[in-house]
Amino acid sequence: MPKYAQFFSTRWGIIGVGAFIGVFAQLLQKWGNPANMGICVACFERDMAGAMGLHRAAVVQYMRPEIIGFVIGSLIAAYAFKEFRSRAGSAPIVRFILGAFAMIGALVFLGCPWRAALRLAGGDWNAIFGLLGLIGGIWVGTLFLKGGYNLGRSQNTHASVGWLLPLTMLGFLILMLVFPQVQGQDKSGVLFYSLKGPGSMHAPLLVSLIMGLIIGFLAQRSRFCTMGAIRDIILFKQAHLLSGFIALVVAAFITNLILGQFNPGFAKQPVAHTMGLWNFGGMVLAGLAFCLAGGCPGRQLFLAGEGDGDSAVFVFGMIVGAGIAHNFGLASSPDGVGPYGIPAVIIGLLACLFIGFTMRKQVA
Amino acid sequence: MSTIVDAKGLSCPQPVLMTMNEIKKVKKGEIVILVDTDTSKENVSRAAMAQGWTVKGVEPEGTGYRISIAKD
Repeated sequence: MPKYAQFFSTRWGIIGVGAFIGVFAQLLQKWGNPANMGICVACFERDMAGAMGLHRAAVVQYMRPEIIGFVIGSLIAAYAFKEFRSRAGSAPIVRFILGAFAMIGALVFLGCPWRAALRLAGGDWNAIFGLLGLIGGIWVGTLFLKGGYNLGRSQNTHASVGWLLPLTMLGFLILMLVFPQVQGQDKSGVLFYSLKGPGSMHAPLLVSLIMGLIIGFLAQRSRFCTMGAIRDIILFKQAHLLSGFIALVVAAFITNLILGQFNPGFAKQPVAHTMGLWNFGGMVLAGLAFCLAGGCPGRQLFLAGEGDGDSAVFVFGMIVGAGIAHNFGLASSPDGVGPYGIPAVIIGLLACLFIGFTMRKQVA
Repeated sequence: MSTIVDAKGLSCPQPVLMTMNEIKKVKKGEIVILVDTDTSKENVSRAAMAQGWTVKGVEPEGTGYRISIAKD
């Protein structure tokens, strides 16, 4: 492999990719995405669930092109560097459940690890509780990993298996083009659109898509993973991935200062609530679920793009989980946690503990 | 005779975890690790080097790689 192709697996490679994501996430916010939500994998998949009517929370409905770009950008990188390898069969149902509960936890906090970092970089100090929760959840996950937890081996399979999520994402993009947003209307063809709230705020489709494709490409090359960043430090004292995550925060912070998007404080932060315990608790659940599933929500999209059918199942778990979270009143809002958010976090933690304790059989 | 760690089909961080466990067990000598993704190849090599082991060779094998690491 040529030397430039290996750059992304170096320390500077991962730092460069983290910094790129940090800068362009904030620019996406300037170009129209919601505040402190230039990119949020959980929020955007939740918006996609809304666009399809899997939930009917009117303020969070939009088929986010960034997510589509992440998967297809990763697919392009995987093919360009001969890394596309279709594989599946490592406990898919477990990955689906973990995806659903990861989403529920993330929506109690109101963000995935990426958004937790972006919220921190925007001065939303509530994110500190979320990040501490994330670390706590991942720490519990590493205890299971040390105890022999694993989801078993995947098998190589037909290329078409690995193509299904990228093709689904392509289908979503086609739906956006066939049924584009109509000014003042909350529905266009089969797709729902938000008239107000975060779902109504978005950068132009082409800009979002191109940024998604570039980030998908770079992240596939560099293996960028926010959960892995924390897990590897705890488990192996390895700071490789963490340097990328820190670069994201620093770059996003500097970009925010330049763009005048830094507003420090706890109260009245955009798309956030101030219930510290449940900002923490939601992310304990999300962090544990990500750790047991082997990747943060962004990484799951990039893995799915390079042919991992099990990661694709996790992605669908997250999208369905978003539907459940809003239909059942589990998701938080700026007013605080949803009516059933707290029991959902507890049930989610119990489900993760069940999975962690019972799936420790040594692999053959 | 080197020991073989078969991490094929296992997702992150299992290949590294299995390699580290083997390194702790044998302390020196040669270990062969079988992986099937480029990510695992990079991660295993990086982890081995961080433990003071040398990556002696990475050969394509089947749909994956055969990584040889050693420490005197």
